[in-house]
Amino acid sequence: MSVSELEGYHGEILRRLKTANAKVGDIVKITTMTGEVFEGALFPRSEYGDPNHIVLKLKNGYNVGIHFQRTEKIEVVGGGQKPHFTRPSPPPKQPGLPRVAIISTGGTIASRVDYRTGAVQPALTAADLASVVPELANIAEVEADILFSELSENVTPSQWKTLAEDISRRITEGVSGVVVSQGTDTMHYTAAALSFALQHLPVPVLLVGAQRSSDRPSSDAASNLTGAVAMAANADLGVVGVTMHQDLSDRYIVAHRGTRVRKCHTSRRDAFKSINSNPLARYDLHTRQIEYFESPPRRRSDHNFSLKPEFDHHAYLLKFYPGFDPQIIDAVIKAGARGLVLEGTGLGHVSKYCYDSIRNAVKNDVPVFMTSQTIWGRVDLNVYVTGRDLLNLGVVPLEDMIPETALVKLMWVLGQTRSIDKVHGLMLQPIAGEITERTTITEAA
Amino acid sequence: MDPAALFEFNKGRAINYEADPETTCLVELDEEPPHQLNPEAVDIALTISLLLHARPMDEVHVMRKVVIDGSNTTGFQRTAIISLNGKLDADGKEIPIQQISLEEDAGRKTGEDQNAVIFRLDRLGVPLIEIATGPVINDAQEAGRVALAIGQVLRATKKVKRGLGSIRQDLNVSIRDGALIEIKGVQELDLVSKAVELEVQRQTTLLQIRDELRSRKIKPADLKEDYNDLTSLVSQSESKIVQSALKQGGTVQGVKLAGFAGLLKKELMPGIRLGTEMAKRAAFWGRVGGVFHSDELPGHGISQAEVDAIAGKLECHTSDAFVLIADSRENVLDGLRAVVERAREALVGVPEETRTANPDGTTHYMRPRPGAARMYPETDVPPVQISSDRIRQIGDNLPRMPEELAKEIGSKYDISPKLAAQLVNSEYVDTFGEITATAKDIAPSFVATVLTESMRSLARDRVPIESLEDTHLKDIFRLVAEGKTAKESVLEILKWLAMHPAANAASAIDELNLGMMGKTELKGIISKVLESHRSFVQKNGAKALGKMMNLVMAEVRGRADPRLVTELLQAELEQARG
Repeated sequence: MSVSELEGYHGEILRRLKTANAKVGDIVKITTMTGEVFEGALFPRSEYGDPNHIVLKLKNGYNVGIHFQRTEKIEVVGGGQKPHFTRPSPPPKQPGLPRVAIISTGGTIASRVDYRTGAVQPALTAADLASVVPELANIAEVEADILFSELSENVTPSQWKTLAEDISRRITEGVSGVVVSQGTDTMHYTAAALSFALQHLPVPVLLVGAQRSSDRPSSDAASNLTGAVAMAANADLGVVGVTMHQDLSDRYIVAHRGTRVRKCHTSRRDAFKSINSNPLARYDLHTRQIEYFESPPRRRSDHNFSLKPEFDHHAYLLKFYPGFDPQIIDAVIKAGARGLVLEGTGLGHVSKYCYDSIRNAVKNDVPVFMTSQTIWGRVDLNVYVTGRDLLNLGVVPLEDMIPETALVKLMWVLGQTRSIDKVHGLMLQPIAGEITERTTITEAA
Repeated sequence: MDPAALFEFNKGRAINYEADPETTCLVELDEEPPHQLNPEAVDIALTISLLLHARPMDEVHVMRKVVIDGSNTTGFQRTAIISLNGKLDADGKEIPIQQISLEEDAGRKTGEDQNAVIFRLDRLGVPLIEIATGPVINDAQEAGRVALAIGQVLRATKKVKRGLGSIRQDLNVSIRDGALIEIKGVQELDLVSKAVELEVQRQTTLLQIRDELRSRKIKPADLKEDYNDLTSLVSQSESKIVQSALKQGGTVQGVKLAGFAGLLKKELMPGIRLGTEMAKRAAFWGRVGGVFHSDELPGHGISQAEVDAIAGKLECHTSDAFVLIADSRENVLDGLRAVVERAREALVGVPEETRTANPDGTTHYMRPRPGAARMYPETDVPPVQISSDRIRQIGDNLPRMPEELAKEIGSKYDISPKLAAQLVNSEYVDTFGEITATAKDIAPSFVATVLTESMRSLARDRVPIESLEDTHLKDIFRLVAEGKTAKESVLEILKWLAMHPAANAASAIDELNLGMMGKTELKGIISKVLESHRSFVQKNGAKALGKMMNLVMAEVRGRADPRLVTELLQAELEQARG
């Protein structure tokens, strides 16, 4: 008997369940020392559950946990029912719809719940997607594939490269738009990375995820995906975006520019916000119309599309705080840093006790850039004496670029060149809307 | 998917939520993961479990019960079994308690139209303890007695708030050959037996209809899903519903129900006919309002000529009925499908469903009955182990049950067993304890009578006594004890405060002019009374006291202590004689 048949059970309970020849899913009858009888399907135990309880799913659907020291007898009285799911046939293909590629990187964009075990089964083929979100078939001819399968916190710059290459291939194949599904936690880093790696985009490349997993009726997965596919298919956008809920209602799916977006809430559906910038466009789930904010980059047919997928991960993002130990700067220089982004306070400050370490970094040909931890706003090192000191030490302020984008851009720039001058030049040169000279009132909100 | 969960998701009916920005939290909006199981709520559920002799679970697992009517922002209700296999004594009969579970209350529906449902979130997520009795209750009166007995156990915990809705009864009613019907929203205990009685009547009548259909030899296959467009036949109709549907680009379609003539008007409950049940089904599945059936036609603006034309088009014989729906095409078809399904169910008898109680004890269709398939684990809330220490501690501190408490109150305060029992069963037993502890000079039996009989009589007179706060009650008795107002005025003050709950007892006394008179004022009134009956007083001397007392009290009742009046009168009469 394999371990997975008694998932999560350990020690004495595992031994007793094995003796009873019970498997997860079997109908099991437990008689307690006091003569009570519990009958239900044996349920897998959570990986961090204590080792003392057997979990049964009773006939009425409820789970209960029974302490094994109370159990007198464990018997299997019925075989497990294999969950079965007859896949509905996908809706008929509608001729003439735009082709949209959906690339999955591990955020479970559409899934089904096995009500017996509660396990979430990913549904990832195009046919599954179409059956889970049938509206998609009316919007686009969808081709869905799994590129890799990682929780978003496990995605690394090398996977950004893989992803950028895959997207590039699909664009060359002629799709009207690309949708990338990913876990939301680091989606804005991926979006920034793709923004630099895929230049002069002829079509929209839209990242999408869900703040509420798709095993819940209230999930935002289907609505976000619908909005993303609709915009990938039809929006006049040639840019990388992140498409998620605009507010708490299930009405607008908004596309934020990949270099300007940040996850600003741990759990709300509208966690993603455009920082120092307006969003690109939004899709109205009721009217099915796309509205544009001011002049986003449009689709283009100039064949200038280029793929620059190299990233050098020897870039560091350090946040200054009261009591910050400048030895952290020394340590990352020692660890091989090739560039450093500081997240300073206010207009872009760090304490004067960091000056020596910064001077040392610059002396070691490690460029040092300044962004602000206030999230919104522009850094300016000319207002206070500390700022002027930092400029004098060689720190380069990055205008209104948000810290996460600055880090990703530095990785990308270091992937393109090792020349200090070029690194400085590229960091300040707007490439994908990451820097603007002016911030309007609506952008600052 | 589960039938209850299969609430038509994609049909575009919006769900709107009303949330108070000051009090609604992100968890309630489903914008933040749920927090851990509320330990106080678990303790209360465990207390009730032990009072009902139920066996607590060793480990409590929170489940998600799918409910897609919008009443839960998550699309599911969180629920967990706390204990199983208890029992309860209801007037000498042992009633098994199958299951005690802890749930989250759902949002309250505050409005609805064809395009949207509105729920308010102020009640969502409030811990709710569900107590399920075994299927041993045989008649409507017994249901009422069991509900009362459960209510007493709940009140014993002192965690039950006063007022409508804090204890709700969901009834499961089934009769022989009938079906299990869940009735939600019976708020008043008095309504339990009525709702059960009406449901029995409904199921009995449905079985009669089934027998009639069988004797008419109607088979499910006779009920065909042949929907006919009748728009042209009623396009000139005077029916406002038809005209309004057509104006909005809708259609009128109908279906024949073979062998149903005369049955659609059959009354299942007062005001609810088989035709009404079909219309409710059509409204649920098709979101349609304009449903007509042939047993009520001609009528509603549809003429005999139109009825004849429709019957002709649908090829109805005299034994056949038909149903028409006017709405958008998609809604009409969904509605008619629901009608045919309901008609087929009539051949079987009583369909299993969840119904909502109306204020008069009748019910209407709410949704299909859910099954076990809609339960899956709430992975965001870890299971909670219930240690034997925790159970021991709760067991050692169980609140006393009503009979025990009544006995104790009876002997401690010297009040009759009947009054003590009434007090314990009232919602005011704690308030009673607090009042008697502070207002020591007032007879406890008086306080008890006010809190039971007087409150009940006010409630009968439709005085909103639920708006009375404990502080109101305590203040009134304190003011009586301090001699600021008379015992006789208490009822009057309660009534006024119930209407003006924002005010306090002292201002009620001012407003009603029920403050005690000063001695001088009282003396003045006594002199005036004696003066106007001078000859009688002179003739009768001290013997005039009785009559004079009545006359004075008639003027000062509620504003003067009778003992003081007697005292002053005696002195005055003495003086007059002297």
